Amino acid sequence: MTEHTVPLTGAPVSRRATALTPPPAGVWCALPMILLFLLGFLGPLGMVVLYSFMPRGSFSPIGRPTLENYVDIVAQNFHISFGWSLWLALLSTAILLLVCYPLALAIQRASPGRGILITVLIVAPLFVAENIRLQGWVLFLDKAGVLGGSLQALFGWELDSLVNNVPAIVFGICYIYLPFMLFPMLLGLASVPHDAREAALDLGASRWRLFRDIELPLAAPGILIGSLLCFVISLGAFSEAKFLGKGVIVTIAQDIESAFTFGQNWPRGSALSVLVILIAGVAVFLAMRQVRLENLLGRR
Amino acid sequence: MAEATSAPILTLRQIDKFFGDINAVERVSLEIQEGEFFTVVGPSGSGKTTLIRLLVGMDKPTNGDILLRGKRINDVPANRRPTCMVFQSLALFPHMTVGQNVEYPLKCRNRPKPERRERALACLKVAHLPESYYDRPVTQCSGGERQRVALARALAFDPEILFFDEPLSAIDFRLRKTLEKELKDIQRETGKTFVYITHSLEEAMVMSDRIAVMRNGRIAQIGTPREIYTSPNSRFVSEFMGEVNTLPVVVDDSGEVVCESLNLRLPLPASLPRDKRSGSLVIRPEDLRFARDGEGLIRGTVFNEYLLGSRVQYQIRVGATTLLVEQLRDTDTAMLRDQSVALTFTPTESMLFLE
Repeated sequence: MTEHTVPLTGAPVSRRATALTPPPAGVWCALPMILLFLLGFLGPLGMVVLYSFMPRGSFSPIGRPTLENYVDIVAQNFHISFGWSLWLALLSTAILLLVCYPLALAIQRASPGRGILITVLIVAPLFVAENIRLQGWVLFLDKAGVLGGSLQALFGWELDSLVNNVPAIVFGICYIYLPFMLFPMLLGLASVPHDAREAALDLGASRWRLFRDIELPLAAPGILIGSLLCFVISLGAFSEAKFLGKGVIVTIAQDIESAFTFGQNWPRGSALSVLVILIAGVAVFLAMRQVRLENLLGRR
Repeated sequence: MAEATSAPILTLRQIDKFFGDINAVERVSLEIQEGEFFTVVGPSGSGKTTLIRLLVGMDKPTNGDILLRGKRINDVPANRRPTCMVFQSLALFPHMTVGQNVEYPLKCRNRPKPERRERALACLKVAHLPESYYDRPVTQCSGGERQRVALARALAFDPEILFFDEPLSAIDFRLRKTLEKELKDIQRETGKTFVYITHSLEEAMVMSDRIAVMRNGRIAQIGTPREIYTSPNSRFVSEFMGEVNTLPVVVDDSGEVVCESLNLRLPLPASLPRDKRSGSLVIRPEDLRFARDGEGLIRGTVFNEYLLGSRVQYQIRVGATTLLVEQLRDTDTAMLRDQSVALTFTPTESMLFLE
């Protein structure tokens, strides 16, 4: 892997030592990242898992392990939040698939200049914080908001609030996570050779057949990764339900937050987190198996 | 060979193709006969790829008509035309097996699986691929095998005309020579009309019944390989054929052609116009012969010698000019470097183009 990497001159390694036994420079270069990963990702994750087995309401990670938090989750009505989160994640992923595919095709077929322009326009909102963008939509869609107010002032139409409902939440999730579907999908479509399309058409394929037999299988890795990203991220959707839903439903992320804050029940919050991580893990596992399968069948 | 007795299978009438202001194909008219191996040859940028894309239906001509068996097909898209193409890149489907690739055109017509398989195996056989390749992923095939898969796939389509866009250009020399001959054999066996595009006139010569030489979007000459070889109609066509000696000439007041660099005077052939004063004399290396003493038209010295297998090529210095001379190797005229030699040629074998 990295054994043959020659350290850069000027690296804090003595020249003589380099000449005798080249130190594994790759490992040294990767060390900061490895430390960050251990301390910043695996460490907290381990803590969450550990806390999830602590007695209810305990604030210490040291104690007699118990499954009571998991029993509580099953006994109390947390399956409703789980259900909503899963449903929202699946629905928004499906909607994003349908919305992004034609968009990705259009970007790919546009002239390079226009393609970049569209990409920049799609990326631009990412420079504004998610919560601010969502609040903007609330101001726009709420009763007597920008939309309703304007319609009333111009045409005298009364418009009720368009937020505080599930469709508004789904809209919010799709709006926020669109780039996460679009860009992997673009990468996937870019790996469909142009002349394979032309050859399929030349051999008599219809538009639909071209899509089903050539474009979809060849772009599948990108599409799958995009769907996976959207699904996993929207599984943890929090702000969308909070701002655009204003409490019509409670997602699992909100349950976790309140367990850690109002509830002051860290073990319960941890147990809920562990379950969410498991669901996401299963999704990733299933999807990655598909991607590998695809690579096996296609390019190697 | 196709005799021009029957109606042409493909007719082009005054085809123009513009990309913006660029006239990639300009007023091209030609007729291709049923069962013919027709090759379009030209240097890169001559418009031959643009032309084939028009013929296959991937682009539309700006002006003019394309007729297939007398029916105008300008606006018929590629997937509705009874023709198909072997791409320069081959454009095999990387996620499919050899069999799936070859069967694809039949799948597009919703043929049942047993029929598809049978036809695919038959086409693999025509393309000289063993049946065992049927289940092999195309990604595991070598360059030459991929060529055969692409050909088998096009044959499975059973096209009225099979187009080729330089499919052999990325193949090494020996395999290319083999595949060129195989392709011509397959064309004879199947009796299909093949339209082939290449930048190599040598390749065109080997395979074709007729050749169209393209230059700057126009057709410079159409003819059989023999016609193109023996009577090219322009300096461009004559030079395109390979290494030739091109020498500037002028026509003097007495009506004689003067080639100053070779210190040579020739009579102006009656077929050439009288009003042009300058031009070029083109002599093929194989048309120049070493002459016995006193018989030579041109005197020079041997500069270098190259062995080309069955032939030997010499560079002969004549003043400031270097002439290429090619001889069969078995002529026991072993030449030494710096040796003085006399050269001769039959003026009728040379080509004179006045501008």
